[in-house]
Amino acid sequence: MKGIGRRKLKSNLAFFVCFLMALWGLFWLCFILFDVLRHGITALNPALFLNDPAPPGFPGGGLRHAIVGHFLITIFATLIGVPIGILGGTYLAEYGRRSKVARFISALADIMISIPAIIVGAFIYAIMVKPMGHFSGWAGAVSLAIIMIPIVVRTTENMLTLIPWTLREAAFALGAPYHKVILQIVYRGASTGILTGIILAVARVTGEAAPLLFTSFNSAYFSLDMSNPMASLTITIFQYAMGPYDDWHTQAWGASLIITVFILILTLAGKFVISRRFKH
Amino acid sequence: MRSARGNIANFFFLCLTAISAFLVIAIALGIFLVLFKESYPAIEKFGVIKFLLSSKWDPVKGVFGAAPSLVGTLITSFLAILIAIPVALGIAIFITEIAPENLKGIISIAVELLAAIPSIIYGMWGLFTLAPIMAKYIEPALKKLFSPIPVIGLLFQGTPLGIDLLTASVILSIMIVPFTASVARDAFNLTPSVLKESAYAIGATRWEVVKDVVFPYCKLGIMGGVGLSLGRALGETMAVAFVLGNINRFPHSLFDATTTVTVKLANEFTEADTDLHLASLFYLALFLFVMSFVILALAKIFILRAKER
Repeated sequence: MKGIGRRKLKSNLAFFVCFLMALWGLFWLCFILFDVLRHGITALNPALFLNDPAPPGFPGGGLRHAIVGHFLITIFATLIGVPIGILGGTYLAEYGRRSKVARFISALADIMISIPAIIVGAFIYAIMVKPMGHFSGWAGAVSLAIIMIPIVVRTTENMLTLIPWTLREAAFALGAPYHKVILQIVYRGASTGILTGIILAVARVTGEAAPLLFTSFNSAYFSLDMSNPMASLTITIFQYAMGPYDDWHTQAWGASLIITVFILILTLAGKFVISRRFKH
Repeated sequence: MRSARGNIANFFFLCLTAISAFLVIAIALGIFLVLFKESYPAIEKFGVIKFLLSSKWDPVKGVFGAAPSLVGTLITSFLAILIAIPVALGIAIFITEIAPENLKGIISIAVELLAAIPSIIYGMWGLFTLAPIMAKYIEPALKKLFSPIPVIGLLFQGTPLGIDLLTASVILSIMIVPFTASVARDAFNLTPSVLKESAYAIGATRWEVVKDVVFPYCKLGIMGGVGLSLGRALGETMAVAFVLGNINRFPHSLFDATTTVTVKLANEFTEADTDLHLASLFYLALFLFVMSFVILALAKIFILRAKER
């Protein structure tokens, strides 16, 4: 037992370093959140939400166009991406369960979740923007939907496999066809989990900027027309933060605060539901 | 009669779900084929090797080469991984081995929130907050510390402006910590406690158990987590776009502005006025896609293998 004291000291020291690493992570999180809050809060006023942009130098400009545009793009992305994602996840967990191709698609979806978002933007530029001849809100919505699909596929698959197989057998025994079992028994049991997956997927795409750069592009005008270039909060942040005007910078911080708070609430709500649901 | 209709409905639903699932394959394949088709003029003109090795990027003369942006991408990602790995492993050890039960959840969620913050927020915060701090305090201190040392000192040459490789790598490292940390945490949790207990029984300290039992057992999982982080770092756009400049040259030191594939795409894509310029950008995107796809696929294989044990 020679040097037990030294070994213990080394052990404690190593664990102390691990503790510091955890602090390091927390430090950056608090630093960033606090900084966004500190700068963003000075930008918050009714004009930010109600007005469209004013020419640089004139007071009273707002981000109404970007907030509405962002909302529309995200909503349509969700409407396209979520049904496809849920159906795809259903195939992996039900009809295709344990088959080679289902396992391959599942792994591929996991890879596609982390594929660079800007690539998706370039892809949609080539297949939608170029043939149509101009940027459009639709292109932005589709590119966000493409990012959503693999996320929703994977969470749906996971949530459906958690439903015990005996539950399905009980329904089969009553003579229910498989699609009815899925629609009326399995979906009902997994609804909370699927909803959480949707919430987390929406949170993820809400903050995306890269795929919108080449698709919905940007616009300085309020518009509800999805077939034209459309402003979004994230691209507006990019434009304003890189711009030369102090007023723009303030508004960019305001937009950052709106987006960050929205995403944090969604993410925390999603995680909270998951931890409550699967505690026992 | 009823059951026949049920069969048809069932078949219809089966088709619907199958089509949706195969759409994932179609998208992956589609991205590859479309990027290939769009970049074909550039592939035809420059070939593969010449495009990879050439450092010229001159839209006016129509000469394009990928070397500086690819090198920029690799260097920033590599530096970010270098900073992020010890932090992520430390966090994973802290969560699984040290933290009391009620602190575990809080730290886990806090680290995952780091991944939830949008990259554009990281970028803006980096530009307005971190870059000035780096330029004023941290980089001059590093320069003073390291520049007398030969060889290493070369990395710290130049004027620290804050808009440089180092700042970009630091921001990237913060962003990718959660990915390695959560995969490593799951892997650590899967280590059979019998293994750990037998090491304790022969008198190992807690750190020795982590170092000699948990780490070797979780090697695959850790590598998977690192691969996942690397894949993320390669494709990160907005966070780096703010703090790296877009200068097409090889960096000479950590305080040099340079460019990455993603930054180049973000800055030039909508402004490319010749077809060759656009094709070359698509060519860059194709390289990025293949590179990150391969790395992410390897990471996925590692993680799957680690779970199968």
